[in-house]
Amino acid sequence: MKSKKTKVVSSVIAHLVLILLSFLCLFFFYILIINATRSHADLQKGFSFLPGKYLLTNLKNVANDGTFPMVRGIFNSVIVSTCCAALCTYFSSLTAYGLYVYDFKLKKVAFTFIMAILVMPTQVTAMGFLRLITNMGMYDSLLPLIIPSIASPAVFYFMYSYLQSSLPISLVEAARIDSCGEFGIFNRIVLPIMKPAIAVQAIFTFVGSWNNYFVPALVIQSKNKMTVPILIATLRGADYMNFDSAKIYTMIMVAIVPIVLIYLLLSKYIIAGVTLGGVKE
Amino acid sequence: MKKKKKSLNYAKWGYIFILPFFACYFIFSLIPLVDTIRYSFFEYYRSGIKEIGPNFIGMANYVSLLESDMVKYAGNTMILWVIGFVPQIVIALLLAVWFTDIRMKIHGKQFFKVVMYLPNLIMASAFAMLFFTLFSSNGPINSILMSLGLITERIDFMGSAFGTRALIGLMNFLMWFGNTAIMLMAAIMGVSVDVLEASEIDGCGTVKRFFYIILPLIRPILAYTLITSIIGGLQMFDVPQILTNGQGTPDRTSTTLIMFLNNHLKSKNYGMAGALSVYLFIVSAILCFIVYRITNDNDPDGSKAAARRKKKEERRRNR
Repeated sequence: MKSKKTKVVSSVIAHLVLILLSFLCLFFFYILIINATRSHADLQKGFSFLPGKYLLTNLKNVANDGTFPMVRGIFNSVIVSTCCAALCTYFSSLTAYGLYVYDFKLKKVAFTFIMAILVMPTQVTAMGFLRLITNMGMYDSLLPLIIPSIASPAVFYFMYSYLQSSLPISLVEAARIDSCGEFGIFNRIVLPIMKPAIAVQAIFTFVGSWNNYFVPALVIQSKNKMTVPILIATLRGADYMNFDSAKIYTMIMVAIVPIVLIYLLLSKYIIAGVTLGGVKE
Repeated sequence: MKKKKKSLNYAKWGYIFILPFFACYFIFSLIPLVDTIRYSFFEYYRSGIKEIGPNFIGMANYVSLLESDMVKYAGNTMILWVIGFVPQIVIALLLAVWFTDIRMKIHGKQFFKVVMYLPNLIMASAFAMLFFTLFSSNGPINSILMSLGLITERIDFMGSAFGTRALIGLMNFLMWFGNTAIMLMAAIMGVSVDVLEASEIDGCGTVKRFFYIILPLIRPILAYTLITSIIGGLQMFDVPQILTNGQGTPDRTSTTLIMFLNNHLKSKNYGMAGALSVYLFIVSAILCFIVYRITNDNDPDGSKAAARRKKKEERRRNR
């Protein structure tokens, strides 16, 4: 009897903690969205919990601002993130397939090498990277943000685990007997099987690249090539006191909202994907 | 004979398939790494428009880094990581236990999971900018606290070292606790139901079960979470950089190692940036090695090691 009572009490505490944490997570975004719908003059007066009517005006102001080309920034970010997601998932699957299906001398060495660099931060090679792309004439272009995504050890590891659980070698052999070429087998048989894994990793890569700030800030100089995070950072560097604060909130909202929308639509798959990659059972 | 030839043929395809990955890694990571290490031994920087060096100076960059503020920045990075990580792991463990306890009957699990994970996907730089505007001395947080009557004077959150560090810790906590909680949930779900039931029959309470059954059994995943979090902490950049506009204000108490590296890179001080990168590389390599050991462990729960130890002890006793 007593234990039943404690169960109820602990259940109530658990729910309270959960609600408090959810409140913490959502509260800041609530303020952000409310403030993005109000005008600069309203914001100066103080905070209100009710939305205003200036969202469209604010959005228009952001779109027409020449010093912070947000539309152009979103366009650049979409290009970079989409290319990254496509290249990264395709080549990681290719590498995982190559190491999973074929037997060759350096197989073990290659696998061990990738596992060893699984969590190596990119920052440690940033200096050499910067010099390299300057020498290659790719400084201040979007290419150095896209091409290195071909080699993503973490995505490779995810794909490899997925292949282990869902690709029977006999299927590959059957396709060979039907005289399907090796690239044909990969593109027409293996890729469709890997669709779920590719979808999850494509989302994560897209989001990661959309949010990436360190490398783009070093590489990109000219305004019309800036991605969204760099624009947000230059906003911080601007003369803050003389700035239309409604515009600041609207710009932050514009940077965040696309990802939140994608997340809300696909949250089931994303949350399932969190646990699949990182942990070995 | 024919078969042998064929398998050789297939081996060729293996190399072709993994070539793009390795070529890309070689060009964009290994060459830069070698270049970084090489220039760490050179005096090579820009003063004004004049480029000085590269002149070989041996270990001088490493020595002068040790004498500079690097140690202080390493301390900052560690403090910032700790104040984000400690609440994160405590809350995450608590949530994971609650969510996996069938008798707790948590309502709306999926909703809470979705909300908890949301901040992890938010652009860190936009999140930092948002906190900067919200917590600025004439921002909404201050006006809410004032209208609630909790404070009479506006608080300058980012004026004190404590305030700035607490804000960065709070942001890191919010961004990562959901992710960690979901990982640990999966880990606890992996614990065999038989073991949990057996412990219950033996009269194990919730608290005892947590400390004596669940914690030891999810140890490998806890270790993995800890190490990957340290690596993440080492890379901490976006949040403090944007919150303090790259200054690490007040008085560089929130400057992290990567912000320090960024400053050297921006001022084209390649020698120093190289030496700092090598320090970071050594630390990350050690951490990478630990992660490698965890993910490729064939004795994940320590049971084999325990068996070995027991055997040894028995032998000693028998002697």
